[in-house]
Amino acid sequence: MNINFTLIGELIAFIFFVWFCMKYVWPPIMGAIEDRQQKIADGLAASERGEKDLELAQQKATEQLKEAKTQAAEIIEQAKKRANQIIDEETQRGHVEREKIIAQGQTEIEAERNRVKEDLRKQVAVLAVAGAEKILAREIDAAAQSDIVEKLVAEL
Amino acid sequence: MAGSGGEQTISGYIQHHLTNASVGEGFMTLHVDTLAWSVVLGLVFILSFRAAAKKATVGVPGKWQALVEIIVEFVADTVKSTYHGKSPLIAPLALTIFVWVLLMNLMDLIPVDFLPTLASLIAGESWETIASGQSHTYMKVVPTTDVNMTFALSIGVFVLMIFYSIKIKGFGGFMKELYAHPFNTPWLYWFNFILELVSLLAKPLSLSLRLFGNLYAGELIFILIAGTMGLWQLPLHFIWAAFHLLVIPLQAFIFMMLTIVYLSLASEEH
Repeated sequence: MNINFTLIGELIAFIFFVWFCMKYVWPPIMGAIEDRQQKIADGLAASERGEKDLELAQQKATEQLKEAKTQAAEIIEQAKKRANQIIDEETQRGHVEREKIIAQGQTEIEAERNRVKEDLRKQVAVLAVAGAEKILAREIDAAAQSDIVEKLVAEL
Repeated sequence: MAGSGGEQTISGYIQHHLTNASVGEGFMTLHVDTLAWSVVLGLVFILSFRAAAKKATVGVPGKWQALVEIIVEFVADTVKSTYHGKSPLIAPLALTIFVWVLLMNLMDLIPVDFLPTLASLIAGESWETIASGQSHTYMKVVPTTDVNMTFALSIGVFVLMIFYSIKIKGFGGFMKELYAHPFNTPWLYWFNFILELVSLLAKPLSLSLRLFGNLYAGELIFILIAGTMGLWQLPLHFIWAAFHLLVIPLQAFIFMMLTIVYLSLASEEH
């Protein structure tokens, strides 16, 4: 336990080391640590923001997908409806056409029948006259008796 | 080499190890070994930390920078949790004390005869003189086993304590703390003053003597084992060194911690 001048020397060394540490060692190291902490905090915040953005984007995408699906379904529905409509219309038109064709056919048939009937009537008239001529076997004025024949024919 | 020198006695061996290499007389004596080792270790501290500080990057730190940052952050956290004022000095002071004292304490783990023998050899003494304990070259390698060293540290801290007390509370406030503290009645002021003065002076005294006592005792045990145990010193040294491994950082930490506590007490109003 002998206190001597060494103490003063050590005191000077101590003061110098503390001064040097305070001036040249502590600030840069602490600065680097604090800057890095700041950087890490910023990075974490940015990643959190990114995560949120991603979530939002996913949500949006899901929504859009849903919307697209609905729209597609709507379009399909519309197309089906339109197809049914077209089919209905065509059927209708087919019907009408058929009716028309049938009606036309019937008129044609009717006309033909009338014509045939007329023909027949004329031939029957001729036949009747010929028949009467043969039956009577005598000269009869065809012209004089034609009103009778006409009456006969009309009764057919 | 203890005990093998024939004429050498145990007390002589121990005495030899506990003598500082000194120059000068009386108060002007300088313990060259204490001064040299402490300054070398202090330079090791500031230069190696300065190297890390110079190259300190905000990005990925190197290995040395990482280690330095761990120590710096540890000290910064300790200071932050204890010292609530704002001071650019306290944290670097704590760091310096912690690392410097730690390095000086670590000198205790170098085998006790290694450096003294080396110093004797360099001084040109023969093996025979060294082995017989007749060497006149002294070398005490653990600076913290020298009261001058520990008192220098604690007196530095003590001066700062008084400086902060006066700076923050004013001279009147500082004095008032000394005489008006436990009993706040004028006729007991003299009693308070004695009490507080003792407690004030006990702080640096206990601070330095705690460090000195622990390290001195540890060193003494190392020397005793080396001087008396023959070959048994090998396992015993290992056991004591392993135990001492706890004491070394603990004492450095305690010195740092108490420095911070004392300074925070000095700079807080009661």
